[in-house]
Amino acid sequence: MAETPSLPRYAEVQIGDALPPLVLPPLTRQQLAVYCGASGDHNPVHVDIDFARQAGLGDVIAHGMLVMAWMGRCLTHWVPQTAVRSFDTRFLATTRIGDAITCEAEVIGKSLESGEPCVRVKLTARDQRGEIKTEGEAVVALP
Amino acid sequence: MPDPRMIGYRSPSCTLEVERGRLRQFAHAIGETRPEYLDEAVARAIGYPSLPVPPTFLFCLEMDRPNPYGWFDDLGLPLPKVLHGSQAFRYHRMAFAGEHLTFDAVVSDVFSKKGGLLEFVVQDNTITDAAGAPVAEFRRTLVIRHG
Repeated sequence: MAETPSLPRYAEVQIGDALPPLVLPPLTRQQLAVYCGASGDHNPVHVDIDFARQAGLGDVIAHGMLVMAWMGRCLTHWVPQTAVRSFDTRFLATTRIGDAITCEAEVIGKSLESGEPCVRVKLTARDQRGEIKTEGEAVVALP
Repeated sequence: MPDPRMIGYRSPSCTLEVERGRLRQFAHAIGETRPEYLDEAVARAIGYPSLPVPPTFLFCLEMDRPNPYGWFDDLGLPLPKVLHGSQAFRYHRMAFAGEHLTFDAVVSDVFSKKGGLLEFVVQDNTITDAAGAPVAEFRRTLVIRHG
C-alpha cells in the first residue's frame, strides 16, 4: 500500500528547516501546450507567439499557475495535502521558454492558528540565473 | 485608476464537476509523481474517496465555466495587457473527483500603482459543495500593464 508523506510533529519542526527542493528541467513550449489543455486556461499569451508579440511580451510566457502548481508539489511531497490550510503566491517575474525553475521552501514561523498548531512555509521559485520568479507562503497544520 | 464601479461585479454562479480524467491530465501537466494524484486505487487505499484535487486545481476548474474570460469583456479588461499578479487559496477541506462544486465570484477591490501605470483588479471566489458547505476560497489579483 502506498503511503502519503507522514506528518512531521509540530514540536520537531524548527524555524529554518528546509523542505526537499523541486528541481525542474528547462521549460518547453510542449509543456505550456499540455498545461493549457489540462488547466483549461486558454489565454493565448501562453501558447500563441503572434499574440504574445503583439502584447509586447516578445514570446509566450508560462502560466503563473503552472509555477504555483510546482510549488504545490513541494508542499504535498513534504506533507499530505490534508494538512495544507492556505497557499498564497505573488508572481514577480514572467517565466520563459528555456527557464529551468527550482522551487525551494523553508519553515519561517510556528504559531497557533484558530487553536491549531501550524507552521508557516515560505516558498521561492528561481530560474537558472537565480532570479526570483514567484514567492509564496503556505500555512500547514501539524500534530 | 480602474473604474471603482467594477467593485461588486458578480460572475454568474456556476456548478462544475470534478472529473477523474481531467485530474489525471492535470497531474501529468504539472509533472506530479505522487501516486495518490495519479491512481484511483492508491487514493482510496490511503483513505481518500477518489482522486484528490491538488492545491491549485480549483483555479483551473473555475476556467471550465462558460466563457471564462467573459468578465474581462464585461469590465473592459484588455486581455493582452493583463497579467496574473497574485493568487491566494484558503482551504476548508480537500475536494475529490466526482464532486460538483459551485463557484461564486465577485470583484472586491480595484487600485492602481506607479502613477496609474499598473492597475489591479481583485476577484474573490467562494467554492461550496453540493450541500452548500464551504470547500475553499481563492483570491485572484490581476495586473493591467499600461505603457
